[in-house]
Amino acid sequence: MSKTKIPDAEDRGIVSVADWTKPRIRRTMRASHAVLLVVLAVSGLGPLLWLGKAALTPTQDTLRTPLAIFPNGIEWQNVVTAWSTIHLDVQFANTLWVAAGSWAVQIVVATTAGYALSILRPKYAGVLNALVLGTLFVPSVVLLVPLYLTVLDVPFVGISLINTFWAVWLPAGASAFNVLLVKRFFDNLPREVFEAARTDGASSFRLFWSIVLPMSKPIVGVVSVFAIIAAWKDFLWPSLVLIDPMVQPLSVRLPALQQSIELGVYLAALAISSIIPILLFLVFQRMFLRGAGLGGAVKG
Amino acid sequence: MLLIFGIFSWYPIVQSFVMSFQKTNLVTAPTFVGLDNFVKVLQDPLFLTAVQNTVWFAVLALLFGYPIPLIAAVLMSEVRRAKGLFSALAYLPVVVPPVVAVLLWKFFYDASPTGVFNSILAMVGIGPQPWIQSITAAMPSLVLEATWAGAGGTIIIYLAALTGVAPELYDAAEVDGASIWRKIWHITLPQLRGILLITLILQVIGTAQVFLEPFLFTAGGPANSTITVLLLIYRYAFQNSLGGDYGAATALSLMLAMFLAVLSVVYFRLTKSWSQN
Repeated sequence: MSKTKIPDAEDRGIVSVADWTKPRIRRTMRASHAVLLVVLAVSGLGPLLWLGKAALTPTQDTLRTPLAIFPNGIEWQNVVTAWSTIHLDVQFANTLWVAAGSWAVQIVVATTAGYALSILRPKYAGVLNALVLGTLFVPSVVLLVPLYLTVLDVPFVGISLINTFWAVWLPAGASAFNVLLVKRFFDNLPREVFEAARTDGASSFRLFWSIVLPMSKPIVGVVSVFAIIAAWKDFLWPSLVLIDPMVQPLSVRLPALQQSIELGVYLAALAISSIIPILLFLVFQRMFLRGAGLGGAVKG
Repeated sequence: MLLIFGIFSWYPIVQSFVMSFQKTNLVTAPTFVGLDNFVKVLQDPLFLTAVQNTVWFAVLALLFGYPIPLIAAVLMSEVRRAKGLFSALAYLPVVVPPVVAVLLWKFFYDASPTGVFNSILAMVGIGPQPWIQSITAAMPSLVLEATWAGAGGTIIIYLAALTGVAPELYDAAEVDGASIWRKIWHITLPQLRGILLITLILQVIGTAQVFLEPFLFTAGGPANSTITVLLLIYRYAFQNSLGGDYGAATALSLMLAMFLAVLSVVYFRLTKSWSQN
């Protein structure tokens, strides 16, 4: 067939190369793509551009003519007020802390658990594995109330973690999904390397630290991305355990702000809260999109 | 690791079973009350409302949110230039923190004639709408925002699946003279069957636990028209002036969990057989 000579035919889609040469089809495809692009731009980018604009617009202008672009000039004061007077800087730092801590706990738990279940394999590994994987089927809804009471009065220790970051960090670590991901990855690592290290007299810890961890960069990357995104997005749990505004992350603080501050400042606060995730996405686009595609295969 | 899972996963799971049969208020010692909590929840008139609303949310979310990403993904898979731009635009709403997305849309839904959406409607000659302040329009408004926030993720999943469709199938169909529509209907959609089922189940699991939208947009109102199951659980436990009714909350959580567990078993089976192919 002649069309196989066209390089594009390799990664062809539904519309064949032959179809593309027909003017009617080409015009329809072009038109529908143009429409799609406009729809995506308006719906995807539109609200965010509007938020960016509104963050710099005086409150009265946004209320009276929400769609006008800077009818009476730019109001930088909104952002300044939100950051320093409303003290969004505190919640901003808290958000970073919450994300960093959840990330660290999740990485430590997931890699050590994966290591124990996949490579060390103690006698009771089978039971342990079943217990961990079993929690995959327990939706987080069930845990809401008992977990809250647990954090309120941690068993055996008898202290309350309310208003401490530990209340968010520690439960985040109990993620069976992470353990599953890491364990699957470790299962596929070449066993001979570990045995060689063993014969050279490496301890379990050394084997983990100097051999397994350096080999597991890809999976640690995946777990990290999921962990940080989830921590940044979470609302319900942190809103229950972080009651003091001084320890709250942005997502918990924002709803409380809406009644108490001026609209322009409030919209600036919303914009400030979204800017980091959006920038991260624009920089690491490929990683985000690959993660999203992967998410379909493993978990939503 | 054992400690983390023990304290923050296994212990609370066991606790939730125990507590659903107890009367607990943290002040007096818990007492066993048998199935009282379950009976109480089932007899609560809000229970039926919450279930109906949650189902209604799920149905609307399927109507809005199921076909749109599929159509968009099929169209996008045929894009030859600047494909990345399309995906990036589609995915952008997903990276906005959900709380910000809801609060922003809440402002868009301002019912006054100078509200953002009402101003846009005015341009095309439609009068102001009440949006989230009306009993009938509130739920669809919530779903519209949820679809906006979630569609991008589904589009990317479909796009990934579409690249997995073997080109030979299309070549073969063309030999038989199949049109573009027939190729979509007889090859593309059947090839996506597995992933379509998976996103369907994931969507039902997600919508059954919907909380953020009704909580932040309407707090369950107007007139309880947007109260959902998870919101009811939250009210039992954390918004009770008489102290938290943790028994009723865990009883309702367990009932919801049973339903979800069935779905996730189905989901797990599917992904397993699907990833083996």
